[in-house]
Amino acid sequence: MATDHPTVDDASDGLPLPTTVASGAVAAAVLLPLVWLVRTALDVGLAEAIDISTRPSTVQVFVNSAALVVVVTVASVLIGVPLAYLTVRTDLPFRRGFTVAVSLPLVIPSYIGAFAFVSAFGPQGAFQRLLAPLGVERLPEIYGFVGASLVITLYTYPYVFITTRAALKSLDTTLIDAARTLEHSQWEAFRRVTVPQIKPAVGAGSLLVALYALSDFGTPAIMQFDAFTRVIYVEFTTFGRDVASLLSLQLVAVTLLILGLESHVRGNEPLYAGRQGGRTSGTVRLGTWKYVAMAACLAVSGLALFVPLGILLTWLAQGGAEVGNALAFQPAYALNSVGVSAGAALVATVAGLPIAYLAASHRSRLTEAFERATYVGYAVPGVVLGLALVYLGTSYARPIYQTLYLLVAAYVVRFLPQAVGSMRASFLRVNPALPEAARTLGRSSFGAFRAVTLPLIAPGLFGGAALVFLTTMKELPATLLLRPSGFKTLVTHIWSATASGYYGHAAVPALILLGVSALSMLVILSQEGYDVK
Amino acid sequence: MSNSTIHATEARTDEPTAGSAPVLELTDVSKSYGAERVIEDLSLTVTEGEILTLLGPSGCGKTTTLRLIAGLERPNGGKIALNGAAVSGPGRFVEPEDRGIGVVFQEFALFPHLTAAENVAFGLEAWDAADREERVEELLDLVGLEAQGDSYPDELSGGQQQRVALARSLAPEPEVLLLDEPFSNLDVDLRVKMREEVRRILKETGVTAISVTHDQEEAMSISDRVAVMNDGRIEQVGNPEQVFQQPESRFVAGFLGHASFLPGYVHGGEVTTGLGPVPRDQINGLAGTYDRTRIDVLVRPDDIRAIPVDGEADGRVVSRRYLGPTVLYEIHLDDDTAVQCMHNHDESLPLDTTVRIELDADHELAWFPTDQRPLDDE
Repeated sequence: MATDHPTVDDASDGLPLPTTVASGAVAAAVLLPLVWLVRTALDVGLAEAIDISTRPSTVQVFVNSAALVVVVTVASVLIGVPLAYLTVRTDLPFRRGFTVAVSLPLVIPSYIGAFAFVSAFGPQGAFQRLLAPLGVERLPEIYGFVGASLVITLYTYPYVFITTRAALKSLDTTLIDAARTLEHSQWEAFRRVTVPQIKPAVGAGSLLVALYALSDFGTPAIMQFDAFTRVIYVEFTTFGRDVASLLSLQLVAVTLLILGLESHVRGNEPLYAGRQGGRTSGTVRLGTWKYVAMAACLAVSGLALFVPLGILLTWLAQGGAEVGNALAFQPAYALNSVGVSAGAALVATVAGLPIAYLAASHRSRLTEAFERATYVGYAVPGVVLGLALVYLGTSYARPIYQTLYLLVAAYVVRFLPQAVGSMRASFLRVNPALPEAARTLGRSSFGAFRAVTLPLIAPGLFGGAALVFLTTMKELPATLLLRPSGFKTLVTHIWSATASGYYGHAAVPALILLGVSALSMLVILSQEGYDVK
Repeated sequence: MSNSTIHATEARTDEPTAGSAPVLELTDVSKSYGAERVIEDLSLTVTEGEILTLLGPSGCGKTTTLRLIAGLERPNGGKIALNGAAVSGPGRFVEPEDRGIGVVFQEFALFPHLTAAENVAFGLEAWDAADREERVEELLDLVGLEAQGDSYPDELSGGQQQRVALARSLAPEPEVLLLDEPFSNLDVDLRVKMREEVRRILKETGVTAISVTHDQEEAMSISDRVAVMNDGRIEQVGNPEQVFQQPESRFVAGFLGHASFLPGYVHGGEVTTGLGPVPRDQINGLAGTYDRTRIDVLVRPDDIRAIPVDGEADGRVVSRRYLGPTVLYEIHLDDDTAVQCMHNHDESLPLDTTVRIELDADHELAWFPTDQRPLDDE
């Protein structure tokens, strides 16, 4: 029986050496930028550091960011989990279509959303102009906390939606049937059986949301909300390097706190959850509630998708008048974006593979530390990471400073956990008896990996790569800070066009970006284990 | 081994069958996970061409033993030798792929991304293409799946999956084949059919096989020899009849079939029991040193008959379990012991019937000294 022996290795007993060394190297490389932060912060001096950290303005920044993270995470769970349940477990009409529609906001970079929302719902934006005939002179302020949390929630709740959906789909529904026969109502069964089963997935999605909210650069900048990222960028560009580095350290500390919380909630999830795929059958009948459910799905996707699309198309229509401007869009920008994103996806997949493998098959303090290390790289906000690498580049790596190598390295450090997470989940789904069977049939442990494990985790591999590709396409601050001079991507073009007020020139690249991102999304959706049924 | 073996006088078959060479030898093998000792000083010899089954309850260490033999786990002590050469022992560990040991996994572990034929061909990587194709065909033929070579595992029934798993592990001509609870994933009808099928296939190929199960009926029906395991140790090894009829420990007696223990007192040529005297000849190997001591005689439900009486009785029926062709009764004796007896389904005894018991065994009975009765007799 498989239960006769524990599958968890004690401590570092039996860790494969080459894989461990590779994982350690990747983890160290990812942590390197943090070293810069600490060093710069140490240069400040203790007295001044305490002075800066206890200033009311600094404390206010902390409170702002904390509030943003909490509100966005809670709101994302409140939106993502019910939507996931509706599209998986109920007889909601057009489930397939709604699944795609409510997943799609993920492909819209939040700064584009923020531009669109400011432009639409600003005091004298498009929406106000629509309402002007009705005598509406001004709309309430959208800038600040409300706008920032609304926009970030709308573009990050799909993380919770997608992870929860995956968990719900693999949930063995005979468990729910069992609960029903034990005299539990539908709701009680959901609370006592479904919730504990999907909790790790909701936690994983929430972690991504919280980290995104904490590190988002574009939205607070546009919404003029003093979160960590905005203040750090402003301080740095105004030569306040001390404040920037201290705030960055605080930001990293908050990130570690969130990681700790998630790890605590995740608890001891089993390494290998029994048979592959449970029986999933039977749906919850919504009755007339289905109209309410459809309205909710439509409202969420409408707000997140159609507002920016409408605004972009408006810009596109107006943009025709500005032909000949030096800021005009060139197709090469799109190729640049795709090129660096593909490079980042490839490197992140290769670098993440050993870490994901170890985390899934040899749980120990060491492997857990490696996995956590990759998250720290993700959580270091793009703006901080960008600055860290600018410094590292100018001091220690002149030859690759302002080259694509450093730019891709920045992307990899930033988005590695997406590849690791996806691959780790795939590794966990592989029955450990399969590579063992290969061993008994004469394959070495590497041979067994290549012939059996690799083909089985391929969907997770591609899924992780697609996710890295997608987020790299959207990455703003690291690109702004680290691109070689003269190297323009879709994102940098949008940034400069909108910053200088030529909205028309931002429309085409923004729409292209949405198209490419949507393609990546389709890759994820069509991936095995995530078919949209 | 339990010390109740001291009274065993008859030659046992713990030793390999005469004339054939030992293929696999385990000597004092032990395995711990952290502080938990799973296997303790386990020794076992398996001879060429035989089918040996490790039988025991869950958690007794039988699967771990199998994994140690396959090289999927490293022992903490002892030696494992294959054809006389150590594959695992002090300072030596041969990787599983270099052992030439095949394994049929509990849930079959078929590669879901490969067809049945590709699964079977998996271990034949080093063969040249023509030989490989021929071998795959031969094995699919052997297991009766000529037509299913191109099917993927999820298109096959449970029985077919098992045949593929068997063919796959046999393809590279392993020295020893290990089967981990091979039938536990099949439903009952199929299980009985596959048992015979698997035994036929194993015998046809002549491979040496070790299987693991907790199902005594399965162990009895497919094995040449059975090794009963308990708590990380082997309690008894022998052919199925011996292990069943002459268990060397109370655990073995209780694990294989229903067992009742009848207290008795040895004196002269008789053993006095609550059911009257039993001739000493009928007790297996009762040495002279046990004169004037108390013993427990092992009686199986088919060794005794209960006859309803009105007058002087030995006990009364306290429970009955209908098993289809037979009925199993539990009889409470006047001296507070309980015995079980099996009757044909047409001889019905209602509950609470007072009965007289006849000992009706035409074979020697096993026995255990009373002072070895476990304190917590289950």
